[in-house]
Amino acid sequence: MLLNRKYLPIAVTVFLFALMFLAGAFRYTGFFSLQVFFNLLIDNAFLLIVAVGMTFVIVSGGIDLSVGSMIALTTMISASLVQEQGWPPAVVIPLVLVLGTLFGWGMGAVIHYFKIQPFIVTLAGMFLARGLCYVISINTITIDHPFYQKMAQTKVSLPGGSFVSISVLIALVVVAAGVYVAHYTRLGRNVYALGGSEQSALLMGLPVARTKIAVYAISGFCSALAGVVFTFYMLSGYGLHAMGLELDTIASVVIGGTLLTGGVGYVAGTFFGVLIQGVIQTIISFEGTLSSWWTKIVIGLLLFLFILFQRLLLVRPAARKL
Amino acid sequence: MRIRKHHLFWPLAMLAALLLFNLIYSPDFFSLQVRGGHLYGSLIDILNFGSPLMLVAIGMTLVIATGGIDLSVGSVVAIAGAMACLTISKGSDQGSLGLVLSAVGLSLVLSLALGLWNGLLVSGVGMQPIIATLILMVAGRGIAQLITSGQIITVTSDSYGYIGSGSLAGLPFSIFLVAAVFAAAGLLTRRTALGLFIEAVGRNPAASRLAGIRSRYVLLAVYLFCGLCAGIAGLILSSNVSSADGNNAGLWYELDAILAVVIGGTSLTGGRFYLTGTVIGALIIQTLTTTIYMIGVPPEITLVVKAFVVLVVCLVQSEAFRQALVRRWKTRHYPAEREAAKHAS
Repeated sequence: MLLNRKYLPIAVTVFLFALMFLAGAFRYTGFFSLQVFFNLLIDNAFLLIVAVGMTFVIVSGGIDLSVGSMIALTTMISASLVQEQGWPPAVVIPLVLVLGTLFGWGMGAVIHYFKIQPFIVTLAGMFLARGLCYVISINTITIDHPFYQKMAQTKVSLPGGSFVSISVLIALVVVAAGVYVAHYTRLGRNVYALGGSEQSALLMGLPVARTKIAVYAISGFCSALAGVVFTFYMLSGYGLHAMGLELDTIASVVIGGTLLTGGVGYVAGTFFGVLIQGVIQTIISFEGTLSSWWTKIVIGLLLFLFILFQRLLLVRPAARKL
Repeated sequence: MRIRKHHLFWPLAMLAALLLFNLIYSPDFFSLQVRGGHLYGSLIDILNFGSPLMLVAIGMTLVIATGGIDLSVGSVVAIAGAMACLTISKGSDQGSLGLVLSAVGLSLVLSLALGLWNGLLVSGVGMQPIIATLILMVAGRGIAQLITSGQIITVTSDSYGYIGSGSLAGLPFSIFLVAAVFAAAGLLTRRTALGLFIEAVGRNPAASRLAGIRSRYVLLAVYLFCGLCAGIAGLILSSNVSSADGNNAGLWYELDAILAVVIGGTSLTGGRFYLTGTVIGALIIQTLTTTIYMIGVPPEITLVVKAFVVLVVCLVQSEAFRQALVRRWKTRHYPAEREAAKHAS
């Protein structure tokens, strides 16, 4: 076989992305340009960052439902501290990143030490973070601090007349760091081992407790960082920001070829999973007459096809063994 | 000591604590009034507003007992409401009983079909339940908006409104619907072997298949039932406000329903299930919501309170947490106690 079987889901994701992009290019004038591609990254930079963190959680066999709320909380804390308290961004941004990491770390500790399902714990985390937003304020807080304005408006020019935003660079760094941690560090191997079988990982003497908690801390850090990027994007803090983003994130990770059972998945796949979601939205906006709910239906359909495909991939080797 | 071992002890204790708090905070809480043949009072409100959640949670209990989960119930709630309201709004005479009945029938058939879809994906294709139902959860919101064309459909039909806000024998009609579904589920699972089948499939699918249980049909049945329950809940919700909102109807219902099931003592890993516990769990959530509104907690921090209650409930039910507490208590006292006991004897 030309291609290793384990890379097949990723190959399909990349192929599908290319196919959809080409289909868009043939159908709409002005679609096939580098800038349209970069706009995908610009509009989905925050989703990309969260999805990298979520990939780690899902590969470890868990799930994190609190990411959307964590983004909202980060925008809210940043907006409130910068705008109303007058704190400098150089203090606020590290502070929210630490808070996000601690939040994830706390959830991970509860999940591991009290043996409560991740679904329930992160659900409570989701309520808590969303609720804390409203404690800070129920209104939108607009940010007009020069630093945030600058981060939002600075365009990094690329050869060929196209540009990206600073958020995209941050997101790409996160993806690169994610790939590095997942495949070239001990922590990454431990995460895969933990997702494959927690009991085996424990028997092999791997630090299960540390790894499991670290995974949620990574996800917390990523969602806080995504929150910072989201603040650059929206220039405001609001308790209703990033509503339902946890599902978009999980969908991107699954479309990217990660198995929800844990142990299998690639950060690079997640990258294309996010891009596919972006392409669907772009096509729908180019079409103009299609309503926004078609996005949801198409994403649902794609999820279905992907999981079906993964099932077939998994079932066939198993059947051959018999 | 033995009473603490009963599976309903912790849920009932939570509910009692909440009710007691309400009693102390406002003595009027338990007063019931009869006005125009109807009972009024906070307790009735809790039952009435809690009925959709109870219904969804009952269906969810059976799904969770098989080791699955159904994330799509919120979307099914929205679709059922949207379908019923669309059918009624298309009719010439919105109040006619025949039209309302056919609308109700149509949306129940639709919700059964959605349950069938989930069931086929889980039992036929063999997908993980959390993903299989995630598909319908994402796509279902879109379908509901497609049905309502993104608008909020309002209907003016007394017969339809009866489902959610009518009353029978002085009590809200929705309570009777819940009672009927609860009784049906209880009878089917506790008076027939179906309950055992469900628990067997949830505890160990392979073993139950080898024991001759057609786990495929059992799975199909629970997802069908869950879809139906969500459909009825959708009808109650949309009829209560006489409108259908594809975007917001039943939002977060899946989470509340799962929470109710977990509070009721059913483990998310499948196996033993407790229908009564689930109903109590749903009542706890509804009472909590009512309490939060009543004591004038600003609505902004409702979610924070809810998060802490969820965490406390889960911690109290977590064996590991209770043991950790007990161990800490014991190690602090045990040596001294032993010493004292030695001297005493």
